[in-house]
Amino acid sequence: MSEIAIHPKLERRPSAFTQAEIGWAPWLAPLVEEDLTGRHWAGLVDPSRAKSAYFMLLVRDPEILEARTKTDKDIFHNTAAGLPRADRELSATAASRVNGCIFCASVHSRFASHYSKRTSDVQRLLDEGTDTDLGSRRWNAIVEASVALTATPSAFNEGEIARLRSEGLNDLEISDVIHGAAFFNWANRLMLSLGEPTPAAEA
Amino acid sequence: MTASTPDVIDLLAGIGAGSFVDRIRAERPETRLNAQKSYLALFEPIQEGGILRMERLAVAAFVAGLHDASAAAEFYSAGIIETMGGASLAAAVRAEVEKGRTHGPYGKYPAAPLSVGDKSGLVFEVSDFGRVALGGKLSAALEHSHLLVFRPREASPAALQKLLDAGWSTTAIVTLSQIVSFLAFQIRVVTGLAALSKAGAGTLASAAAE
Repeated sequence: MSEIAIHPKLERRPSAFTQAEIGWAPWLAPLVEEDLTGRHWAGLVDPSRAKSAYFMLLVRDPEILEARTKTDKDIFHNTAAGLPRADRELSATAASRVNGCIFCASVHSRFASHYSKRTSDVQRLLDEGTDTDLGSRRWNAIVEASVALTATPSAFNEGEIARLRSEGLNDLEISDVIHGAAFFNWANRLMLSLGEPTPAAEA
Repeated sequence: MTASTPDVIDLLAGIGAGSFVDRIRAERPETRLNAQKSYLALFEPIQEGGILRMERLAVAAFVAGLHDASAAAEFYSAGIIETMGGASLAAAVRAEVEKGRTHGPYGKYPAAPLSVGDKSGLVFEVSDFGRVALGGKLSAALEHSHLLVFRPREASPAALQKLLDAGWSTTAIVTLSQIVSFLAFQIRVVTGLAALSKAGAGTLASAAAE
């Protein structure tokens, strides 16, 4: 007898890209706190992640979750000598928009707006898609590079490098763009395939 | 063994020690270390769990093939071929790659108003021959991998149920999803850094070198 996938009963499923704080419901059973061993707690990295259904599902394989979480944190938070947070969040948003991950796009568009204060430009990316003019050549170049890298097979080549350089990005910053977009090709596929977005709480 | 395992991203992107891309990667030691640890967690796991090393490598070779990432596809195929009886499995995976090649991402959104962005494309099924060579469990994994590679926005509880019915446990599905998703990351980092390497050093490295 095989296990059964969960079909969440949802009213008003999110059906558009948004910067609102939406949630996420799993399609497979997460672990519960009582099940966690030391190995699992290490995998969660931050004990507070035990409150998240997403991380409690991923912690079924704790070693990859731990390594993935540490990769994620460094790619998005280590700005030493590199790309500002806003631009990293923009690359994550662009990848999520192309792949169609409403949940990931909501979280990272919110961060992109927070760090850049360019909420309406970010909203235009969500509403109109990645071809839209974001009002600066730098942002357009970062989005174009993220989109090219997200295509399968990838369409990213020296043309994207040249364009990012012409907008003043140095090699470490270009590497940061590459890692931000590449990482969201990982995150989007987990979020999209293991569950679905849930509506924002009623105000 | 682990200590001697080369850094797989360096290997696949052809990044030589001391090159400017190597120095850029050295600026992000945590990223570099944990990308490699991710590879080890998936391909040299401390517990195989419900997914055998051979199955892990077969999925990886298939996913790399679908990305047209030849260095990665050869790398993971070589891992299959090293094991007993692996050559025929590697050939079966390669045959399915040929059948599954397309361009993504595509797929349907859950509902209006995003439906205007719906884009149809191949819904991959393993060939009859492949199903015999690969078995039901691995065939289900390749079909699911194709979904995640090209049309992740069409993922569904029904797609997971197919895996469960084919003998995948909930925990093994988490690992399988991580393998496909990690490869989507690893291959893109390799692509991006290889392009940077080919473009030659720009501002940062040249300033540091002079």
